[in-house]
Amino acid sequence: MTSTTETAPAVVPNFDDEDSGGRKLAIICSKGNLDMAYPGLILANAALGEGVETHLFFTFWGFDMITKSHMHDLKFSPVGNTAMHMPVGDVRVPQALAPLPGMQPMATKMIKKSIADLGVPEVPEFLDLIVASGGHLWACRMSADMNKVTEDDLYEGVEAIINASDFIELTDGAQLLFI
Amino acid sequence: MPVTSLNGRDVHVDDEGFLTEYDEWDDDLGKVLASNIGIDLTDEHWKVIHFLRDDYKTQGETATIRRVSTVGGVPTKQLFTLFPKKPAKKMAYVAGLPKPHGCV
Repeated sequence: MTSTTETAPAVVPNFDDEDSGGRKLAIICSKGNLDMAYPGLILANAALGEGVETHLFFTFWGFDMITKSHMHDLKFSPVGNTAMHMPVGDVRVPQALAPLPGMQPMATKMIKKSIADLGVPEVPEFLDLIVASGGHLWACRMSADMNKVTEDDLYEGVEAIINASDFIELTDGAQLLFI
Repeated sequence: MPVTSLNGRDVHVDDEGFLTEYDEWDDDLGKVLASNIGIDLTDEHWKVIHFLRDDYKTQGETATIRRVSTVGGVPTKQLFTLFPKKPAKKMAYVAGLPKPHGCV
């Protein structure tokens, strides 16, 4: 029997304060394209907002997301991206035209605008948000050595340059995403 | 839609307990909602709650954590202290608003 006006005892949302204590998420960011930088950042932010302990490990091209010299300037390219179409409608760039001069800056500008229109921050500010929310950022040792950079060259929210074993150790029991 | 009794009066809530009628909320009810989830309200909490209420009125949707910090002027870190672990949902609940829809 159901009734839409029945007075029920007070319903209080279950915020699972005790249960979520043990959940841990590790995200490996391995891509430096603008469009591939966002999934990890958005999921990390969402997890932190749900009280989940979150670690991000930046490696290979994903390392550009945390280097001061590249983080403000990630690019989006239509080259090799046959799925790409304009935000509205189904206008596609023929692959033969994708590598032409000017295409990459134009595509980058367009995707940046779409993201900004949604009120989603650019990569450096997004990292600020993640750090302020309690997220942990780690830089890959091998990538640092390949790029010949030190902690001074990295975004200040990065906790340390660590090797793969360190990362595996500190994310013991975590759910893991490789992006 | 269930009706529940809070602070001696009947209010409309969704299945999880979030208020569904904007006008059924007032400061007194906010205090009751906060105590339901173990939060003692300070002036800092009220600043956030009143921002959320006003913002909802003009925007028609609940502000996300980022909006509360960039537009409302309360730093993200502080939101996690005021409403531990799940600030977005907790502050929406206390302010008598639906959960935010935005991802960021």
